[in-house]
Amino acid sequence: MRLRIGFIPLADATALLVAVDKGLAAAEGLDVELVREVSWSNIRDKLNIGLFDAAHLIAPVAIASSLGLGHIKVPIVAPFGLGVNGNAITVSPALYAAISEAADGDILDPMVTAKALARVVAQRKARGDDPLTFGMTFPFSTHNYHLRFWMAAGGVDPDEDVRLVVLPPPYMVESLQNKHVDGFCVGAPWNSVAVDLGIGRILHFVSEILSRAAEKLLAVRQRWADENPDVLIRLVRAHARAADFVENAANRDEVAALLAAPNRIGVETDVIRRTLDGRLKVSPDGAYRNDARYLLVGRAGAARPDPAQAAWLYAQMVRWGQAPLSREMLVAAKAVWRPDLYDAALGGTVAPAAGEPADGIGAFAGPAFDPNDIEAHLAAWNIKRVS
Amino acid sequence: MQPSLKIVIVDANPIRAAILEGGLREAGYVNVTRIEDRTGLLARIYAIDPDVILIDLENPSRDELEQMFQVSRAVKRPIAMFVDQSDTASIEASVDAGVSAYIVGNLQKERIKSILDLTISRFNAFARLQSELDRAKSALEERKVIDRAKGILMKAKNLTEEQAYALLRKTAMNENKKIAEVAQSVITAAELFK
Repeated sequence: MRLRIGFIPLADATALLVAVDKGLAAAEGLDVELVREVSWSNIRDKLNIGLFDAAHLIAPVAIASSLGLGHIKVPIVAPFGLGVNGNAITVSPALYAAISEAADGDILDPMVTAKALARVVAQRKARGDDPLTFGMTFPFSTHNYHLRFWMAAGGVDPDEDVRLVVLPPPYMVESLQNKHVDGFCVGAPWNSVAVDLGIGRILHFVSEILSRAAEKLLAVRQRWADENPDVLIRLVRAHARAADFVENAANRDEVAALLAAPNRIGVETDVIRRTLDGRLKVSPDGAYRNDARYLLVGRAGAARPDPAQAAWLYAQMVRWGQAPLSREMLVAAKAVWRPDLYDAALGGTVAPAAGEPADGIGAFAGPAFDPNDIEAHLAAWNIKRVS
Repeated sequence: MQPSLKIVIVDANPIRAAILEGGLREAGYVNVTRIEDRTGLLARIYAIDPDVILIDLENPSRDELEQMFQVSRAVKRPIAMFVDQSDTASIEASVDAGVSAYIVGNLQKERIKSILDLTISRFNAFARLQSELDRAKSALEERKVIDRAKGILMKAKNLTEEQAYALLRKTAMNENKKIAEVAQSVITAAELFK
């Protein structure tokens, strides 16, 4: 069976890339042609109209497509999670200094930095300076929601107090360098690239803001899934084997070398290795920070789609005025995530991983998240665009 | 035809953009702006305030354009995507051609359709030109390789040019290969025997 699968060159495409390049998909009888893409818009359109059978898709776009938000409505299903976490917030040395100066407490604490950002914003306003500008990758992106969730918790209104702009990941670093943005939230490897060039400092791993945040999905059209149930199962199985391979530390050098290829992710092997190990250089002076949760590829149950994640992302769309609050939409969003297909492919149910947040999210601020009560989540915040 | 319709072409390929602009001008759309540089893209687009935006799909800046559909202070007037639910065929044709269209405001569907059809045909024409050019280039390369191999054979086996070519062709037929492939093997072998 020949399949065309689109991907964006990012570290969280690892399971897909390894499944194909290590022959794990071929072992399932799947002849996969990988197509490297340059924008989420392209991935979305090519998946929607059937030019791709499957895609490495940023999680909120799967929901937006299924609900018909901002674009044509095409129901999408996700039987496999390609990555949990993996994003980071990087700021310019100047903004880092300003936040450090304004910080009242440990700068590793996201609440301390969010409140410090609010003070920096107020100072700039008082001086009549331009608002700070932050880059993120797409209107319906985890990066957009992660930045907003963090800064709003400290009292910064992401629509009124700062500017959020969409930038393709490969342009983030250059935009920070030429001061078009003061910071950004993006996935690996771009934060590390900025640090290595000496133009940015990683302020937070998003895993410090949300302990568990669905990032990318293996996505297919609902219709395709219905028409190709057997192929889908084989595809998921190949991905599960790939994720196991990636998470085995003994294979990391091989995996990093494979991903570094120009037609795959195309950055330094060492940068990818650091990402997979969760050991990131956070500042140009060479300081490192470790977080085993930085990017989860299959570990800690990360590959099994959790509908609570869909509910959280839908809640952010409602909070920021991208989607109306509706019970039907919540149900439809959750239905995109298909743990049942994952279980069917891997034969049986997987016990929940120990040590994971009880609500499946583990946010640094606000009450525990209840995927059946979006209203309660929204009620917890003053800064919001709910109409 | 209202000549005031403003069209922006966002394409990193200046030749293709020029071909498209020429086509649009021929069709009477005189208000066409090409943007090749991605710096400050949205600011430039807001300043031009176009009715239609055409962008090539190899352009990463496409995701930046999608931001214009969001509720934002920066938006001057509502922007709607041309591709509504009923236009699947148009989306397929444009994605296939490697271009995407966005409309600003409420333009008549027929007018957009003619612009999009023209854009798709120019993009396809460009792709054909490109592949013809690639083919011509590789034919030229092959010819150079064959000429070199002929020279090697003429010298080594004391053949005329016709005999050398006949030998290459016969070997290619026997081995079910292209003449250029056999010629390349001759060159490689000759390099090894140097």
